[in-house]
Amino acid sequence: MNRNVRKAQQLAGKAEAAVKAVAKPLRNYGFPYRSPSVPRGVEVPKEPSKLGANYDTEWARKPLAQMARAVITEGPMRLAVRGIANPEVTGVDRLADLTRLDDPPAVIFAPNHHSHVDTGLMIRSIPWCWRKDLVVAAAADYFFDQHWKATLSALALNAIPIDREVTGRKSSDMFRDLLADGHSILIYPEGGRSPDGWGQSFKGGAAYLSSRSGAPVVPVFIDGTGPIFGKGMKRPKPGRTKVIFGAPLWPNDDENTRRYNARIEDAVTRLGDEALSDYWTATRRAAQGTSPLLTGPEFNGWRRQWELGEQRKLGAAGLRRRQKRRWPNID
Amino acid sequence: MPRPGFVLEVDKSTPPILFWRGEGFSLEKLPADRSRVIYPPEALPGIDDLDGAIRNALLNPIDMEPLPALLHPDMKLTIVFDDASLSLPKMRRPDNRQRIIEAVLDLAAAAGVDDIHIIAALGLHRRMHDYELRHVLGDRIVDAFQPRGMLYQHDAEDHENLAVIGTTDEGEIVEINKRAADSDLIVYANVNQVAMDGGWKSVTTGLASYRCLSHHHNPESLQNTRSLMGNRDHSALHKSIWRMGKVLRDSGPKIFTVETTINTDAFPTPFDFLRKREWEWSARDRATYLATAKSLNRMPNRAKRKIFHGMEAPYGTTSVQAGFTPSVHEITLKNVYDQHLVEVQGQTDILTMGIPFICPYNPEGIMNPILVMCMGLGYLFNMYRNMPLVREGGVVIMTHPTYREFHPVHHPSYIDFFDEVLADTTDPAVMSTKWEKKYAEDEWYRHLYRTGNAYHGVHPFYAWYWGAHGQQHAGRVIIVGGDPSTVRRLGFTPASTMDDAFEIATDVVGRNPTVTHLHVPGVLVADVH
Repeated sequence: MNRNVRKAQQLAGKAEAAVKAVAKPLRNYGFPYRSPSVPRGVEVPKEPSKLGANYDTEWARKPLAQMARAVITEGPMRLAVRGIANPEVTGVDRLADLTRLDDPPAVIFAPNHHSHVDTGLMIRSIPWCWRKDLVVAAAADYFFDQHWKATLSALALNAIPIDREVTGRKSSDMFRDLLADGHSILIYPEGGRSPDGWGQSFKGGAAYLSSRSGAPVVPVFIDGTGPIFGKGMKRPKPGRTKVIFGAPLWPNDDENTRRYNARIEDAVTRLGDEALSDYWTATRRAAQGTSPLLTGPEFNGWRRQWELGEQRKLGAAGLRRRQKRRWPNID
Repeated sequence: MPRPGFVLEVDKSTPPILFWRGEGFSLEKLPADRSRVIYPPEALPGIDDLDGAIRNALLNPIDMEPLPALLHPDMKLTIVFDDASLSLPKMRRPDNRQRIIEAVLDLAAAAGVDDIHIIAALGLHRRMHDYELRHVLGDRIVDAFQPRGMLYQHDAEDHENLAVIGTTDEGEIVEINKRAADSDLIVYANVNQVAMDGGWKSVTTGLASYRCLSHHHNPESLQNTRSLMGNRDHSALHKSIWRMGKVLRDSGPKIFTVETTINTDAFPTPFDFLRKREWEWSARDRATYLATAKSLNRMPNRAKRKIFHGMEAPYGTTSVQAGFTPSVHEITLKNVYDQHLVEVQGQTDILTMGIPFICPYNPEGIMNPILVMCMGLGYLFNMYRNMPLVREGGVVIMTHPTYREFHPVHHPSYIDFFDEVLADTTDPAVMSTKWEKKYAEDEWYRHLYRTGNAYHGVHPFYAWYWGAHGQQHAGRVIIVGGDPSTVRRLGFTPASTMDDAFEIATDVVGRNPTVTHLHVPGVLVADVH
């Protein structure tokens, strides 16, 4: 036994020596085969990053990339969305005045955002006349922070990087040009996925773009994607979802971006109520200003989370196999 | 710019003309130098922002206060809409009625109105299937109102829920749906496809009882209805309806009418050739026609019906007006005529017409022989203003397979009407006195009407009376391509081909008669001088 161990040690020693022998000359190869060392006291100017908000997605709108994306959208994405999210799409009739035109104008879709599934779901739910030229506003710091992620997002989703904190002049010009070229935009006004299952206040990006370009905003409510693949979940749990399109909104003449943004948020809130109750209840509550808020109840802590469970029971998620309660029933 | 309708004088170089033959088509050569074809005007452009136009009409009505001023929280609001008999073929979703009702509901919600009922104005028509309600109203309204019992269909046999509003000077009883009668406001959502629709007729037929309807739906009235689509002063039906409208205005609930007019864009893109003039058919149109006509000839009737009834028309809406019923209807009529009117000089000896797969009484159903008569002599014959296209004693030639098929669910009383009543008489006056009461009061038909999807027991009589004027006016009616025994049962003459039909017609109109063809689709009203 001891002899065998000794033999193994000897062999391992020989192998280590052989590796060292091979590796040693590599260390001798210096510049220009390796990157140069920087002299002390010298500061190398940083090259502007080609990632993040600076990533150039022009290539992804070329015909070849479009064809590849059409294959992805109609093939794997379609199957994945049906298998994971099983969506029920309603309210497309509210867009009939636009869809029946020979050349429907570019629009800005503004849905709520709970999950990475939302983008695939929206791409599959948006009528074909807009889907073929749709670009997706994606967080520059998340989808465009590495080359492989940026390439994949641009190719599969036709994603455009957007800075979620500030709408810079460059991005907004780019989006305006895209709208002018007939590309519709999918933008999540909440700025990111919900951290706790409730919605977040809308940022003004969609309203600002609409005001600048004159393109209408189509409010959309997505129900049920949070429980399927919400923030923090490691793998998706297939279930049912509902996508409700609202009537398109245009900026009024005397309306600033903040008010317009509030109107968009109200429209999505009303659709959210419609998804969980019915059209007439939602219409009445909206008229009275008593629609349940997307952002959830005012209180914090476990009651907020508990309320979320109750709310989800009403929606598409409630149609799935009921999940086990995480807290005991104390009745 | 859409071209107006026109009258084509047929010469030797005129190509064969398209005729409907039920769920199919044929191309027929008309005699040169003595025939003419009346082509309808091309479809007028539709309104781009229809929702905006509807909202504008509700806020700026004609001869009435704006709708928001009529709404208050503790009121009873009843919204009434036309049933599936409009439009034909059905309108591509969203239907105008859905758009109107959603706009009204938005205002009602803002005003805090809770007590709302939505009623389908069926009259004696069959109850709409759930999928038809969803098509007309959209899923949102159906899902919100139907489970609460706030959306339902009028029942003309539910005597506990009917109310008499009053009696006209001529002794006609005005009896309508009780909920509507007790309402503080009725909002009527209408789609106007032809000049006959809309106005006071909407409420006085759609929400009426059999007792009320029988005052104007009878052989005497309809034989004296000399102009259904044109000069309403020549129409006994319209005069009766106006008298009832006066009673409604004086003693009934307040009615806020919303009327929309649609253009003639009735068929989706693959059927483009249907709206073109034959000499303008492209190679693609000809190929489509041939492929369609040949394949339809080889298909079973059921499959053909499925295709045709599955089509959704891309109509454009040409106008929306709202407010006081007669004032609104005057504008509606003007807009309808703008789309439909074609000037025609003089009457003709022979009027030819292709009978399509659909009429107002068979949406999603079978065009049975009685409906062929109703469509030909009741509707297409009446597509005139001033005087009929065919001279009195002239010949009407229709093309339709006239098969002996009936929809057992929709038309149960039609089956017995064909076997029992038509075997006895085709005279509307005789059948009215001898048979009508029996069918109208039959318990089984009543049960099927109230609980199933059947037309009222008396409805085949009304369909037959609808053609009473045409039947009285025409010297002979010939059906080309129909089942001979069925055509004879209708009191008409069967013919195998159009040439045979012209030959048969010579007995009545001589050797060199003039021929006029009413080119459908689309819809037209001949302004005959």
